[in-house]
Amino acid sequence: MFDEGSNVVWIILAGALATYATRVGGHLVLSRFQRIPRRVTAALDAVPAAVLSTLVAPAIVSQGWAEALTLAIAAVAALRFSMAGVLLVGAASIITLRALLG
Amino acid sequence: MFSDRNAQIRQGMRDSLTVVIGAAPFGLLFGALAVDNGMSVSEAVLMSVTIYAGASQMVGLDLFGTHTAPWLIVLSIFAVNFRHILYSATIGPKIAGFTFVQKTLAFFFLVDPQFAEAERRSEQGKTISFAWYMGMALPFYFSWICETAIGALFGNLIEDPHALGMDFLLPIYFLALVMGFRRRRNWFPVVIASGVASITAYYTIGSPWHVSVGALFGIAVATIIAGDGQQPMTETEVEGGENV
Repeated sequence: MFDEGSNVVWIILAGALATYATRVGGHLVLSRFQRIPRRVTAALDAVPAAVLSTLVAPAIVSQGWAEALTLAIAAVAALRFSMAGVLLVGAASIITLRALLG
Repeated sequence: MFSDRNAQIRQGMRDSLTVVIGAAPFGLLFGALAVDNGMSVSEAVLMSVTIYAGASQMVGLDLFGTHTAPWLIVLSIFAVNFRHILYSATIGPKIAGFTFVQKTLAFFFLVDPQFAEAERRSEQGKTISFAWYMGMALPFYFSWICETAIGALFGNLIEDPHALGMDFLLPIYFLALVMGFRRRRNWFPVVIASGVASITAYYTIGSPWHVSVGALFGIAVATIIAGDGQQPMTETEVEGGENV
C-alpha cells in the first residue's frame, strides 16, 4: 500500500514534531496572554470534533448499509458506554451485519 | 531527600496503574490496525515512540492508507493533538519549579491521562514534583509502546480482517471520540457543519481534501457563533476516556 517506506518514517517524525509543538506550545505561547478573544477559544474548542467528524461522515454514506447502520448503532452506544464498550458494540454490529447483508 | 524522591516516584507509579490498564486495549488495537493498514511492525512502534498520542496515531493510519499528501497527514495529526496546547498552558505554571531540561522532557509526556492526574494532584493541594511526574509518565509510555508491538505482531496473524470488521474499526473509534465531545459548547452545529462539508467535499473535490475542508467549515461555524468579546484563560477540562 505504501510506495516508499522511508517516506512513511519522515511523515511519522514530522507528525511527532508537530505533536511535541502542541505540548510545549501552550506553555510558550498561550500562557503569555491573560485574556484571549472568545472567537479564538471557541475555535480551539471546536478543532478536535471538527477534524474527527470529517473522518466519520463520508464513511456513513460511501460504503454500504452494514457500515451506515453500524455507525448509527455505535452513536447510540456512545451515549451509554465508554470507548471500549462502543468499540465492542460496533465490532459485533459490523461483523453481524456484513455476514447478513453480504 | 533521597527517600522522599523514591516515595514520589512510587506514588506516581501507583497513580499510573489505572490508566495503564485502561489504555492497554487501545495500544493493542493501534498495533493491530497499523499492520492491517499496511504498516510494518517497526513503523507502528516508531509512531508510538515518537508521536505518543493515540487518537492522532489512528488518524495517521487512516490517512497513510490513502494517497494523502504528506503535509496534510502531518497537519491532521497536529489538528487532532491541538487540545494539548490548552493542557500545556494550564500545567506550565504548576511545573515552574522544574529545570529547563526537566520541563523539555515533561512536555513530551503530556498525554490526556498525564494531564488529568497532574490536575487532580494539584487540586488536592499537593505539589507536582519531577519524580512524581516521571513515575506517572514512564510506565504509561513504555506500556503503550509494548502494547503497540504486541498488537502489531498479532495483527500479522489475522487472515481475514474484512470479515472481522477490522477495516471499519477506525470510523467507529473516531465516532466514539466525536460523541465524547458532545457536552462542549457548539458541539452539534460544529459536527453537522463539518460532516456535511466533508461529505460534499468527498464527492466533489475528492479525498483527502474532505478532511481539511470539512474541519475548516466546522471551526468557522464555531467562531461565528462565539461572537465578539474576550474571556480569561479558564480551567481546561481533560478530554474524556482513556485516550493517550
